[in-house]
Amino acid sequence: MASTLISDKTDSPSVGLFVTCLVDLYRPSVGFAAVELLQRAGCRVTVPRAQTCCGQPAFNSGDDRHARQLAIQVLDAFEEFDYVVGPSGSCIGTIRCHYPEMFADDSRLLPRFEALCAKSHELISFLVDVRGVEAVEASFDHCVTYHDSCSALRELGIKAQPRKLLASVTGLRLNELQGTDICCGFGGTFCVKYPEISGRMAADKVAAVEASGADTLLAGDLGCLLNLAGKLRREGKSTRVYHVAEVLANMADGKSIGEGDD
Amino acid sequence: MQPDSRHFKANAEAALREPRLQAALKQLELGFVAGRQRCYEALPEFESLRDRARDILDHTLENLDAYLLEYESRVIASGGQVHWASTPQQARAIVIDICRAAKARTVIRGKSMVGEEIGINDALEAAGFEVTETDLGEYILQLAEEPPSHIVAPAIHKTKEEISDLFFEHHRKLGFTQRQTDRGALVAEARQVLREKFLGADVGMTGANFLIAETGSNVIVTNEGNGDLSSTLPRVQIVTAAIDKVVPTLEDASLLLRLLGRSATGQEITAYTTFTTGPKRAGDADGPDEYHVVLIDNHRSEMLGSELRPMLRCIRCGACMNHCPVYGRVGGHAYGWVYPGPMGSVLTPIMVGLDEAGHLPNACTLNGRCETVCPVKIPLPTLLRSLRSRQHLQRQNSRLARIALSLWTWVALRPRLYQALTRPAMSLLSQLGAKSGSFRRMPLASGWTRVRDLPAPQGSTFQARWQQQQRGRK
Repeated sequence: MASTLISDKTDSPSVGLFVTCLVDLYRPSVGFAAVELLQRAGCRVTVPRAQTCCGQPAFNSGDDRHARQLAIQVLDAFEEFDYVVGPSGSCIGTIRCHYPEMFADDSRLLPRFEALCAKSHELISFLVDVRGVEAVEASFDHCVTYHDSCSALRELGIKAQPRKLLASVTGLRLNELQGTDICCGFGGTFCVKYPEISGRMAADKVAAVEASGADTLLAGDLGCLLNLAGKLRREGKSTRVYHVAEVLANMADGKSIGEGDD
Repeated sequence: MQPDSRHFKANAEAALREPRLQAALKQLELGFVAGRQRCYEALPEFESLRDRARDILDHTLENLDAYLLEYESRVIASGGQVHWASTPQQARAIVIDICRAAKARTVIRGKSMVGEEIGINDALEAAGFEVTETDLGEYILQLAEEPPSHIVAPAIHKTKEEISDLFFEHHRKLGFTQRQTDRGALVAEARQVLREKFLGADVGMTGANFLIAETGSNVIVTNEGNGDLSSTLPRVQIVTAAIDKVVPTLEDASLLLRLLGRSATGQEITAYTTFTTGPKRAGDADGPDEYHVVLIDNHRSEMLGSELRPMLRCIRCGACMNHCPVYGRVGGHAYGWVYPGPMGSVLTPIMVGLDEAGHLPNACTLNGRCETVCPVKIPLPTLLRSLRSRQHLQRQNSRLARIALSLWTWVALRPRLYQALTRPAMSLLSQLGAKSGSFRRMPLASGWTRVRDLPAPQGSTFQARWQQQQRGRK
């Protein structure tokens, strides 16, 4: 195990890592970065095998029945742990804010979901707010900018935590984005249902990234990152794109999102 | 107006290609959004006011029947008349009857969204009355024969040059032979034209920002004073208002007014805030001889009894649309009916039908910026999601999307199968995309690749690699 992070916590809680389907499928390195960061923060990490999707696509499409089925699968796989942690504001937002809503009329399951909700945390805010992590041991000699995902920002109130940890990364300079509280245009199925509107929103965000002067774009949600990396590639920009956990775990040395061999 | 929400997608795409509209919409962030933010920062109790406003309105809606009856009795006691309309059709008939009974010929209107909702202008004109909008934005749109594109700034999509052209075209015959290009001169010209209309009008119509149950008063806020002239100069006044406009007391209205201007235009208070109660009394210097209020339901009682009730708290400030990234790109006309943006995407499906306005609840990223600025804390994303549930239950969403989602869920509910399928699929995609790092085209993903590349996955899935790693450690 690598060196521990600077924190005053000495206990060793069990953490079930909710990988999220996008990280599982698209960017496994974010999962490994999350494991690394959690272990360094003193957690015993387990990756339950019986996990896939949190149910958000179904829930946001109005398919409540399927959303509830997937929520129950998450509940069964994760309720045994002290904490549930995931590298996504969007999926954790679904667990924290919407699972209790989905089971509001189910007196049998609601208490279990409320308990799950109370111990579920987005990765970076978990490190800072729950594990008291003050700094990470990582270096990244780049000028970066940070995109706040809407669910992290508004559903979970995450803004200061990633900036705090990024400030401790050696060599990293953060240039803030203009309009960081404005959506990047991903929006789940929105981006394929209304590609022209979504594309314009992404283009405006790409312009803001350019204007920031940063050479690297970071965020905490893979949905936004795939959208923005895809738009940057389409526009022929060379900006590199990583999940913030990869940088904080000192694992941002591989190819960035959407980057090719050539 | 005839709803055109069915064509939201095409209308939105056309709007994205309209450079003048895009330039006009850019002003939203700079003007309204920044203005509201300044007000927010300058008022420490802003957040607690939002909570109190929500509570006042929830209490009112819980007792709406009683407050409406109290309001009615106060209006009658002050010498006015109250008319009840379930539908826009009934409301139009009531207004036309009042105008006919008063032997009126000309009608002037202060800006009113419920007036747009019931389509009062067309109905009055068809019945032979001459109608003039007196709010500058609405007046411009009347000349242009266009509907409003914003509930607070109806002509926000119009540039100064377009207004110049319109005035020159329409005012030339009134003796204004010079084409004005200066903002001040344009306003002065409109003021001169409208002044004559005010003085000659038989009937003045306004909406209401609030109706006050304890006094029977209606409140209107404007920045031009046109609402006051519309309600004091003509001999007959007609207030059209929806039933959700009533609040219990003057005190409640005062609290809501503190939020309204700040949230709408970034003003602590609008230039004019006018409380009107009944017709002219003996000894009053001016005021109408007749004072009518038309209370309109139009599906609101239906909303009151459903999960959409919080929508009835809306005070029509427009902050949700000012802060909406979709509205900010496509403008109000794309939404195809009277109310655009997030609040319109909830109201329109209810008022014109979910089949006609099926796009609107879906044309939203659920980013939640609207909810955080709503002065009365309407959970707009939750309400839009609940409309999506209705669509799903009524099988009104696309068949392809339903099948794709069912298939995804079916596999996602079987983790072993899911992992067995995704591992080779991702490995293959990764190999195919390794060289360029992203795909410019992808079968079945044209919605994605039409406007952006699809980044290639890294390789095998996390689960596959993790399990391999764990096995290696044993």
